[in-house]
Order: sequence, then C-alpha cells, then structure tokens
Amino acid sequence: MGEAIAFYTIAAFVLGFAVLVVSTKDTVHSVLFLVLDFLFVAALYVLLGAQFLAAIQVLVYAGGIVVLYLFVVMLVNLKRPPEAHQDPNRRGKLGFALSAAVLAELGAIAAYGYVRPAPALAQASQALPVTGNTEEVGWLLYTSYLIPFEIASMLLLVAMIGAIVLAKREL
Amino acid sequence: MVDGFLVPLLKIVIVLNATLVGVTYMVLLERKVIAWAQSRLGPMRVGPYGILQPVADAVKLMIKEDITPVRADKWVFTAAPIIAMVPALIVYAVIPFGPEVSLFGRQVTLYITDINVGLLYIVSVASVGVYGIILAGYASNSKFPLLASLRASAQLISYEVAVTLTLVSVILVAGSLSMVSIVRAQESMGVWFAFIQPIAFVLFFIGGLAETNRAPFDLPEAEQELTGGFHTEYSGMRFALFFLAEYANMIVVSSVATTLFLGGWLRPFPNVAWLSFLGIIPSWGWFLLKSFFFLYVFIWVRATLPRYRYDQLMRLGWKVLIPLAILNLVVTGIVKVMLL
Repeated sequence: MGEAIAFYTIAAFVLGFAVLVVSTKDTVHSVLFLVLDFLFVAALYVLLGAQFLAAIQVLVYAGGIVVLYLFVVMLVNLKRPPEAHQDPNRRGKLGFALSAAVLAELGAIAAYGYVRPAPALAQASQALPVTGNTEEVGWLLYTSYLIPFEIASMLLLVAMIGAIVLAKREL
Repeated sequence: MVDGFLVPLLKIVIVLNATLVGVTYMVLLERKVIAWAQSRLGPMRVGPYGILQPVADAVKLMIKEDITPVRADKWVFTAAPIIAMVPALIVYAVIPFGPEVSLFGRQVTLYITDINVGLLYIVSVASVGVYGIILAGYASNSKFPLLASLRASAQLISYEVAVTLTLVSVILVAGSLSMVSIVRAQESMGVWFAFIQPIAFVLFFIGGLAETNRAPFDLPEAEQELTGGFHTEYSGMRFALFFLAEYANMIVVSSVATTLFLGGWLRPFPNVAWLSFLGIIPSWGWFLLKSFFFLYVFIWVRATLPRYRYDQLMRLGWKVLIPLAILNLVVTGIVKVMLL
C-alpha cells in the first residue's frame, strides 16, 4: 500500500515535470525541470531497490549530461521565444505520427507484460554468485549481457572519436 | 519505534547542527590562521581572542537587507543558494564518524546510515551541487557572476573526472562502495589506504581543493578579475548560504579523505598492539582529529600558494591529474588481478 502511494506520487511528479520541460517558455527553466525530472526517476529506482542505478542516474544524467546542456543553453542565450509555428521546416504531421507510434509501442509492451508476466526476478538473483546491488549489476553486465555491454561501449568510443574529429579539423 | 525513528532523527539533528557550528568556526579558524601567517592578530574584539566572532557574523548576515536585482530571474535566483546548500549537507548521511558503540545501554552506530553505494551517493550528490553555482551566475543577470559561474562549472566538471577516477582505485582495493566497509577493509588489512594508494591520495586532495573552489584553484572567486565571483549580486542570508555551502563542502572533502585514506575512525597503526594506549581517544575523536588535519591544510595551502591562471588550471586538470589517475587505476587493477 505504502509502496503504491509512493510510486504514484513519484510517477505524477515525473510526468508533471516532463510536461513542464516541453511547455516552459524559458529554455533555462526547461533544462532545470529536466534535472528535477531525472531526480524523480532516480527516486523511482530507489523505490525498486536499485540503489546503484539511482546513484548512477543522478551522477550521469542529473549531474553530468544536463550540466553540459545548461552550459550550451546559457551560452547561446535564447532570449527570443522560439517561433515554432512560422518555421517552414516544421513537420507537424510526422511528429504526431512518430509520437503515436511510440505510444502504440508502449501500449503493446504493457499489454504483452500483462498477458505474459516476466519470469520471477527473485529466482534469477538467487542464482548469482554475488550479493549486493552493485555486485549483481556488475556480474550480469559481464556475463549474461556482455555483448550488448561491449557494443554500447564501442558506440560511446565512436561518438567520442567523432567529437574529437569534429572539434579539431586539422589533426 | 525508538530505534527505527527517534535515534536516526536525533543523529540527523546532531550531525546537521554540529556541521553548521563547525562551519562557522571554520571561518573564524581560517581568519585566525591566515592572520598568524601574515603576522597579524585576526579578529580580537568579540569575546576573548575573538571566539564569539562567528555569532556576530551570523547576526550581521541575518539582519542585512536581502536584495534581489530587478532584472534577475527571480525563481532561479532564490533557488540557487538552496541548491548549493542542500547537497553539501545531505552528504553527511553516509559519513561514518565511528563504529557501533554502546550509549545509554543501547547499541548505537556513529553514522546515520550505511548504504551499499555510499561512495557513489557522495559523488552523485556532489555533482548536483554544481547547479547552485551555475544558476547563481546565470540568474543574477550580470556579467561578472556569469563569467565566474562559467569558470566554476568548467573547473568542477574537469576536476570531478580526476577525483572520481582516484576513488575508483580506492574502491578496487577495498572491494566495496560502502563507507563503513572501506574503513573495515583498512582495519582488516592493518594499513591506511594512504600508504597503499599514495598517488590516489595526493590526486584526491588536489582535486578536492579544486572541487571546493579553494586556493590555489579559487578562480571562480578571483576578486581582482571578477569583483567577487558568482555570488556578487547576493546579499544577506542568501550570500551566507553560499559561504556555508563552500565550507560545508570542505568538511565533506576532509571527511571523505579521512574515511578513504586515513582509516576513518581507526587509531594510527591499528595493527600494532603496543600502541593500543592510543585507544584512549575515542573512535570519533580520531575521526575529528584527522578531518581537522585536512581542514588545517586547506587553510595552510590558501595562506601559502598564489592562484593559478585559468589555462594553467585546465592544463593541470586534463594533462596531469586525469592521465595520472587513469595510470594509477590501471596499475591498481593489474596488481589486484596478479595478487589474487
């Protein structure tokens, strides 16, 4: 019962701040609402008992990536409100179609999860030779999910090299 | 009921109050030590040897006029000091001041909580503290604070990488992220990690100086260039909050350095039996002494070293500290794998 109350409260905050992110006029305020949104997502992770993920969420997203966003937004200084409706390149219909597709996908996932519940996670974690939140995440990353993990790190490396190449034309 | 709710609440109240009083007396200590370093007396008028100066300062700051600039972004301007202060205080939740002791006939742990990801919690909460500085500079709608806050955030982001990498090598040695387990690991190994990880220790301390905007890395507050730093437009209690946050962060860095590298609450040479008379000072006493040592070095460094130039600061961070930290991490990893 208490868990349900906590979940719905946090979820309401997550959604509310998400709406504020896209509806606020001031770009800096929008970035700040994004930070609050990430913090509440971290709270959701804590509620799920995933403290490691929560700490990483705050460290990487709220404390790292969004600081860089804020940097860029402050430096370009968007004092003029964006003129979205006069933009000739605006593709309203495509946007709606993509949003509808994402919504349909989420609905399908929810329906699938309802019809076929996920295998009990408690048994999976009992089979692990390590205990503790961090250790379990590490163990799973380097055994069951090794290839996705390595692909993700390759992707990050490629992005890093790309950023260096873009920033320094004459190497 | 008493153990689950009252005891933690009492601990939180004590730790918060002790921190705030400690912070105000840190300011006095700093003024005194720098005065002695410069052959002056420092504050002498309020109370004997000026020991009531912090009280006078607090009263002055509270009754001062609290000004919000007309062109400022009002909401952000109000929120910035709070965002700076809160992370500096909630970090104390995981700092272990001592082991379990029996107090008034009940077993009490001398830390508020011990979570599995303690060190990660400290790093992530500290990373949110940057917003206070950036937003203060932005919301003031004034050139110098904006310049200072850009400097500060670039500096904090750069040095955060080096500090976090040094922490990773300590975690490798200790085999845990929990602050209490890290101290216990030092107890069972019988050696402080400052001796196993000397490079990480030095890098962490230098990074800590930069993370708290202290001399010689106090570029965000370079008076000669920036008229006062990111808090130029703040006055009264809001200014005081930034001030308190900076000093609270210094205490955090000292406490973390003590826990990770100087054995936390352990007495010196915990494995040498004939030194057991050192146990006459209680565990929390050792913790406070070691933390005080770091705080004193903070002030000492400020009285001794001139400020870095901005490009020197960035070069030191990216070309010296980060490569050294990565090298230290790789060597630590190799040694750990070879020995097991």
